[in-house]
Amino acid sequence: MKIQRVSGNNKKHKVFVYALSTCAWCKKTKQFLKDKDVEYEYVDVDLLSKEDLEKVKAEITSRGAQLLFPLIVIDDKVIITGFREDQISGALA
Amino acid sequence: MDAESRGYKLNPDASFLNDLLEGLKTNEERYGYPSCPCRYAAGIFELDKDIICPCDYRDIDVEEFGSCYCGLFVSKEVYEGKRKLQPVPERRPSKFIERAFSGRITPETTQEVRKEERISEVVGGMKFWYCKQCGYVAFREEPPYICPICKAKREFFAEINLSVSARG
Repeated sequence: MKIQRVSGNNKKHKVFVYALSTCAWCKKTKQFLKDKDVEYEYVDVDLLSKEDLEKVKAEITSRGAQLLFPLIVIDDKVIITGFREDQISGALA
Repeated sequence: MDAESRGYKLNPDASFLNDLLEGLKTNEERYGYPSCPCRYAAGIFELDKDIICPCDYRDIDVEEFGSCYCGLFVSKEVYEGKRKLQPVPERRPSKFIERAFSGRITPETTQEVRKEERISEVVGGMKFWYCKQCGYVAFREEPPYICPICKAKREFFAEINLSVSARG
């Protein structure tokens, strides 16, 4: 699966973003993390093969999350749907 | 676009707006229609119909949250900076979202067959709805949230029962 890693000096938390390549809110989320120098990984779900898509779908639903983007997962436990700046900042503090 | 005449404005943030328009353009090229850049599209017209821009959820989302789901259309208040642009909760029924995902993951070999099945499944669930206030008619699984013509609320929509009789 095509998982992209964006390096940053802030490695305090494990941050993963499920995104769509066309989505402006997803882009804002990626930019926000970059500006905060947070290291994170992301996957653009709309670009996945059918096989990988099925995997990602199962992954998201098994986390109890909805299939909405951006979906931000912090330390495998905090799940934030949408670019909720305050919530993301709070979880990264 | 009918944005201005209906009291909608486009997102005033130039780079945000540009990203949205790029996303719409990509989807237009990819699927043949401009489906919402911030929603997962099945790539099958019948399954994506409600999220083709301007989507079925725009009017009510702009009214309630000051912008549509992706942020392309905003209210006057948001445009003028009197209200902050915020992510909008997804109103699209989760069964439609589920359907978009499973629409795509069928194995390549049976895809065409499955596609036909899916389309007939969706079309089979569609009904005609008319606005009791202005007469606008929509062919959808659910009635519109707001009448796009006269702005009447969902309660003003009634199902049209069509009966066809053959006379010899």
